[in-house]
Amino acid sequence: MAHPQLNTLAGLVSALLAGNRRALARIISHIEDNTALAQPLLAALYPRAGQAHIIGITGAPGTGKSTLVNGLAGLYRQRRLSVGIIAVDPTSPFSGGALLGDRVRMRDLAGDPGVFIRSMATRGSLGGLAQATADVIMVLDAAGFERIIIETVGVGQSEVEIASTAYTTVVVEAPGLGDEVQAIKAGVLEIADIFAVNKADREGADRTVMALKMMLNLGIPDKYQIMHHGRMLPVTLPLASAPDQQWIPPVYKTVATQKQGISELLEGIEEHHRYLVASGRRQLRSHLRAATELRMILRDTLLDRVLAELGTAAIDAMVHAVAQRQIDPYTAVKQWVAAYNHRPTT
Amino acid sequence: MKRKIRVLVAKPGLDGHDRGAKVVARALRDAGFEVIYTGIRQTPAMIAEAALQEDVDVVGLSILSGAHMVLAPKVKQALNEQGMDDVLILLGGIIPDEDVPTLQAMGIKGVFGPGTPTPQIVKFILQELAEPVT
Ligand SMILES: Nc1nc2c(ncn2[C@@H]2O[C@H](COP(=O)(O)OP(=O)(O)OP(=O)(O)O)[C@@H](O)[C@H]2O)c(=O)[nH]1
Ligand SMILES: [Mg+2]
Repeated sequence: MAHPQLNTLAGLVSALLAGNRRALARIISHIEDNTALAQPLLAALYPRAGQAHIIGITGAPGTGKSTLVNGLAGLYRQRRLSVGIIAVDPTSPFSGGALLGDRVRMRDLAGDPGVFIRSMATRGSLGGLAQATADVIMVLDAAGFERIIIETVGVGQSEVEIASTAYTTVVVEAPGLGDEVQAIKAGVLEIADIFAVNKADREGADRTVMALKMMLNLGIPDKYQIMHHGRMLPVTLPLASAPDQQWIPPVYKTVATQKQGISELLEGIEEHHRYLVASGRRQLRSHLRAATELRMILRDTLLDRVLAELGTAAIDAMVHAVAQRQIDPYTAVKQWVAAYNHRPTT
Repeated sequence: MKRKIRVLVAKPGLDGHDRGAKVVARALRDAGFEVIYTGIRQTPAMIAEAALQEDVDVVGLSILSGAHMVLAPKVKQALNEQGMDDVLILLGGIIPDEDVPTLQAMGIKGVFGPGTPTPQIVKFILQELAEPVT
């Protein structure tokens, strides 16, 4: 083994903080594979993160997201800002494999030590994807990348969840995806901080821009309220922002392949960043994110504990009983919790 | 979670035909691997950099230009320089039989001619990666 120091927690952390890219790549794998080192690594790196601006790029397949990321990262590099990129693609539900092809469009960034690109498969984990992505973002953040761009295909709920990890979410549309208003999917308005109508060299770009602007004029729902549904931790949020500080998502036309409109888009992203900081909303998002994260981890931890305590035989028996309608699921869970509470103390 | 095998598929050199590489990439995905496809005209340095960032177990090269005796060792060297000397390197393309022992001696462990059934490549990867349990 060529690098024995990259096999230990301390070795990996110190190499990462010294700028070792192999260590960074290895740490991301530990987190993706959820190895025994994953949690200690996250614990060691967590205090070092929190500086980066996190940008989500999402949109339908083939709209030009990777090409846009390539252009944006190139411009950030001209401004001497380092860029970490995570490109997420779906895992095939049939084979468990994945074909990750986003790097093909990012070749301009090759050879630049200020850029780190990682392709990530969704691995079909139940709700854990957003958390895994957030953890990888955190590692890039701790490694010192100043801008982190995450590309996801905007088709499912999990992609929307990943986008919620970002501070600024750019939704990419392209003309000619059928009926313009149809193409602007429900839920997209809520997550978009910025719209990019890419492939503006094609027929219909202006119509797509108009359709978007019309929908935006119909009213922008407050995304913080929407993200607040479900049961949250009872947290006191750090601010009530002034109503005049409302952000209205701007719409940019881009031709990613010709690097047109990219610097305007980048300016929009930076403007949104400044707005988040000035309005206190960046802090608010960090709070909401922390609340969601704690709740998720608490749920998973307790779930694992209770299930381990019950054992597979008891679980199977109860599943069978519920399926046979001998007992309802609520009463079943009550019994499980009671059994867990009265477990023999060791 | 079980460790996923990650494979980088790249085409070094100047020839622009990547149909074969894409077929292999898809077959490897269907075998359950995570395949990072980087496209055509990759330099050895670009391939090694991508392999490092993606932390792959396997690098698969497709070379149809006849320049394999130059390009494949260069990729191997670039990987070694990145500290990735334990990565399994595979080569696909039109490779004369007499070149194979030389390539293998250089550390290009798997050499596959055109039309190799992909299950054979999958089997080779699984065998090679199974041995050194780390
Ligand atoms: N005409 C035109 N083509 C573009 C533009 N931007 C990207 N493309 C092309 O659109 C295709 C898809 O581009 P990508 O950047 O891979 O799109 P993507 O959204 O990342 O695709 P997925 O990751 O597969 O969802 C490529 O062939 C690009 O060259 C553009 O502004 N105009
Ligand atoms: Mg893409």
